[in-house]
Amino acid sequence: MKGTQKHVIIAGGGVAGMEAAGALAEMGYRVTLVEKGQDPGGHLLQWHALFPDSRPAEEVKSYLRKRIGNHNITVITGTAVEKIKHHPGGTVTVNLSGSKEEKADAVIVATGFDLFDARRKEEYGYGIYDNVITAPELETMFNGGRVTKADGSVPSRIGMIHCVGSRDEKVNNNHCSKVCCVTAVKQAIELRKMMPACEVFCFYMDMRMYGPYYEELYRESQEVHNVNFIRGKVSEASVNINNRLVIKVEDTLAGRPLKMELDIMVLMVGMEMAEAGTKLAVASGFRLGINRFLEAGDHHYGNNLSGVSGVFYAGTCTAPMNITDTISHARAAVAETVRYLDGR
Amino acid sequence: MKPEGKKRIWAEYQKEIPDDHFFYVRSCIRQTFFAGSEQYFLKILREDLGKDVFEDPRHTTCTGIGYHGDVVPFETIQTVVARHFALATEAGYRHIAISCVTSFGIYSEILETWKHFPETLERTREDLYKATGRTFEVPETISHTSDIIYKFRDEIARKAKYNLINVATGKPLKVVEHIGCHYSKMFPKYGIGGAEFPHVLVGMIESWGGDVIDYPERRHCCGFGFRQYLVQANRGYSLFASRKKFESMEPYSPDMIIANCPGCTMFMDRWQYTINEIDGITYGKDGQGIPVLTYEEVAGLVLGYDPWELGLQYHNVQSLPLLEKMGIRADPSRRFLAKDGTRLPEPANLING
Repeated sequence: MKGTQKHVIIAGGGVAGMEAAGALAEMGYRVTLVEKGQDPGGHLLQWHALFPDSRPAEEVKSYLRKRIGNHNITVITGTAVEKIKHHPGGTVTVNLSGSKEEKADAVIVATGFDLFDARRKEEYGYGIYDNVITAPELETMFNGGRVTKADGSVPSRIGMIHCVGSRDEKVNNNHCSKVCCVTAVKQAIELRKMMPACEVFCFYMDMRMYGPYYEELYRESQEVHNVNFIRGKVSEASVNINNRLVIKVEDTLAGRPLKMELDIMVLMVGMEMAEAGTKLAVASGFRLGINRFLEAGDHHYGNNLSGVSGVFYAGTCTAPMNITDTISHARAAVAETVRYLDGR
Repeated sequence: MKPEGKKRIWAEYQKEIPDDHFFYVRSCIRQTFFAGSEQYFLKILREDLGKDVFEDPRHTTCTGIGYHGDVVPFETIQTVVARHFALATEAGYRHIAISCVTSFGIYSEILETWKHFPETLERTREDLYKATGRTFEVPETISHTSDIIYKFRDEIARKAKYNLINVATGKPLKVVEHIGCHYSKMFPKYGIGGAEFPHVLVGMIESWGGDVIDYPERRHCCGFGFRQYLVQANRGYSLFASRKKFESMEPYSPDMIIANCPGCTMFMDRWQYTINEIDGITYGKDGQGIPVLTYEEVAGLVLGYDPWELGLQYHNVQSLPLLEKMGIRADPSRRFLAKDGTRLPEPANLING
């Protein structure tokens, strides 16, 4: 049985949820997309331009908005999915915030990720020192067309700090967030283009340029835009009497400690399992992996399977991934969902 | 700087500090370095604040210096500390007040070890019983004595005869606070305010009217580090660490440094003399040096105690300019008079001597 008679609820209206909703609706399924925020779009909403080609983020936002414009899709915003339960006979009940309940034939969990709260890396002084910002906050500045210090002045040296909240046992995150390195490279290039007189330094552990054209972008950032890369993790930040940031880092290639003054320090905050997703997983009995993201049924050939009949996973609720992979993963979740519904 | 960001961190790192009934454990070295500090901690708590503080003369060193110098094994130091707990248990006290930051770090490390590896607690009980026939209860709380002064800082402020304010200008004194590494860097949850933005001394300074200086090398170690001073060949390393701090705080023209660790207070004071001898540099405004005081000494000054009874004359950097700023009149000629009026030998080459 295909078409509007079958109903799929999607928990989370970010990139994965929107793509999955669009793909299912296109095939004639009735879809309810539940988003806890006020608008669908997820973290992409605040992004200005995307790696690796610096295309305006608006192009992808526009694509996804069109994707959920299908008449088979009902969008509910300001509502969280709190519990999912599969019943014998195939019905899945979904408890929503506000004590509401919906029934569906299948559910796709696409609750996404939360950005690492940079305040947890106390040594960087985020929330204390005026000019310590996060990568998404820099995107907001890009959206506004101007990057300035807190006092409105133009920076002359900016540092991008990689792996903030990723690959860091101290904050209990051993995983790599995958997109931060290339985001730093992209943002560094944008900064150099916007302010040619401003020096930009990236402080990294490893450059994990795994995606197509990422390595090329990394090379371009050095050869064309003179972005400086220093291999070493920043140990602490403070401010001097001129309210300029002072960072300490070990340059592991030169084999010596380094102290540098910066006007702005950008923290490349990583991804963590969304708090809302964790609550949903605990309430619904979904397994969490050692990285605290949802653990899929099989890492190789069942990456969208939840282990609960009629419930499937899509996107960054399972692991950090970029937009390209998130969309592919959402499409795969749709394929698994359709296969399940067709087989009933 | 956003003060609300610091306040958020401070709120996260609070701990239980008891209101009364402390079992006091002294430091091996503080009585020598800062002759009045421990005595005035007891005096302030007992006489000014009306608290019950118990001391047992059978209390010994925690052996922390030997432990960090790699000559005392962990099993041994656990048993020594367990004996301290046994003395507290026998006296009916469950709250330990620890004078030394090294000891505080040792106690914290041992309690955490016992918590995560309960078999080590059982082994220590056996070792202590075999060696001494004693048994003990794990204390309910451990507090560094700076925690306790921090807890009563506002009460001290209400009794204040002097504030950390320059009486000539009416402006707050500029104060550098320095936390011993073993206070909270190993176990941030045991320190008021944690490790990155500790509040324990900041709270005192602000309650008593001063302004805190946040300078780039604020977190840097003073250089005391056991191996640095135990091994004579390494002492340059220690000196260099302190020098780095002095040069970083110098642009802010600090009026004084307050520290909560015996080693930090001692070395930041004495190394100023050494740097002066080596390079002819005297830090501080007008070449007056930067006085380095313990928190008890500062609490004592605030409460109006005689600076020479507090022992300020036993620092290399003398505090006369600081006392003048605070409006405290102290006769420098009485600095080295003993209780019976006899004149003690005066140290040579004091800064502001």
